[in-house]
Amino acid sequence: MKTYQGQTLSWGANNGVIELELHRDPANEIGSLTLEELEKFAASLKELAEHNHALILHSSLKSGFSAGADLRELFERSQQMEKNAAARGVREFLERIHGVLNAIDEAPITTIAAVHGVTFGGGFELALVCDLIVADRMARFCFPELRLGLIPGFGGIPRLKRDLGNAVVRDLLLTGRSFNTTKAQQVGLVSQVVGEGESLRAARATASQVTKFDRETAATAKKFIKPIPREELKREIDIFCDLFAKPAVEAGLRKFVESTDALPYLP
Amino acid sequence: MAVWTIEVRSLCTAENLTSQCDKLTTMPTTDQTLDEVLSLAAAHFKVARDKLAPDDDFFKTLGIDSLQALDLLTRLENHFRIELPDYELQGVSDFRTLASRIQARR
Repeated sequence: MKTYQGQTLSWGANNGVIELELHRDPANEIGSLTLEELEKFAASLKELAEHNHALILHSSLKSGFSAGADLRELFERSQQMEKNAAARGVREFLERIHGVLNAIDEAPITTIAAVHGVTFGGGFELALVCDLIVADRMARFCFPELRLGLIPGFGGIPRLKRDLGNAVVRDLLLTGRSFNTTKAQQVGLVSQVVGEGESLRAARATASQVTKFDRETAATAKKFIKPIPREELKREIDIFCDLFAKPAVEAGLRKFVESTDALPYLP
Repeated sequence: MAVWTIEVRSLCTAENLTSQCDKLTTMPTTDQTLDEVLSLAAAHFKVARDKLAPDDDFFKTLGIDSLQALDLLTRLENHFRIELPDYELQGVSDFRTLASRIQARR
């Protein structure tokens, strides 16, 4: 069994199922270190997929699955660089995270996100690359990027458009409000709703079911039904970078980083 | 046919209709909703129920941060089986106003 124990995440495989666990305090914010470790995972995924049927992504932190991109790191780094260098750095980060997420999205095995608590922004986008989302009843989903003057940058809109109705995408994106699990299931985002603290157990039961099918047939079915929206993903990076160059973003990031509001993801 | 007539008549007694109407029109009052909110907050945040008052600032009284505020919002939505958009809670910090927002969605 191949295993990896990193600072922000770990993985291992057992009985045909790979488990990738996120464990970066306080809420699995995705910054440069998480990206590096996700890239290591993506590099190992081809080999892991040859010997396994399913992948489960989950978080061992009480706060939730992931609060998304590490906005503090983004703000601090962009403060230390001149504007063009900061913009180049953002584009490079986005292209790298897209590489990782595309690799998970098109992996020839069944992928399951077991989520609870905060599943926001980039964390939501990480869950969206999975074939199935199993959520406990305390999970919350949100795209708060517009408050910063941005759009989601880790492939969220193209993947949501692929999977859901456009009206739901607009609701999430344009209001910045969060959905609870019941709402998320109603709109078709979540495949199973389970009790508090039960998402990993339910995901394991689902993965166990998946291992009963022929791997190649499942991979063929997945490839047929789940195309990667590559052109829109590329366009998303361009739009994100155009918006990032605007002064409102720096102000939005500063406001967020310095905020003591109870709901800091709202404008 | 005779049996059917008797059954319909028995269903339509005045007592029966009043009872059905009561069920249809019974709607929890704002005070009842407020009481449930206070009980739920006390139980979840392990605070004595009698230590919480309707006009308390729940951020101060419960000492909750942003993640816990989201947790409370989710518990309230699940408990009352409602959808409460986050932006309707912006600026709301006391239990009474919170209960009125919930009541408007029931």
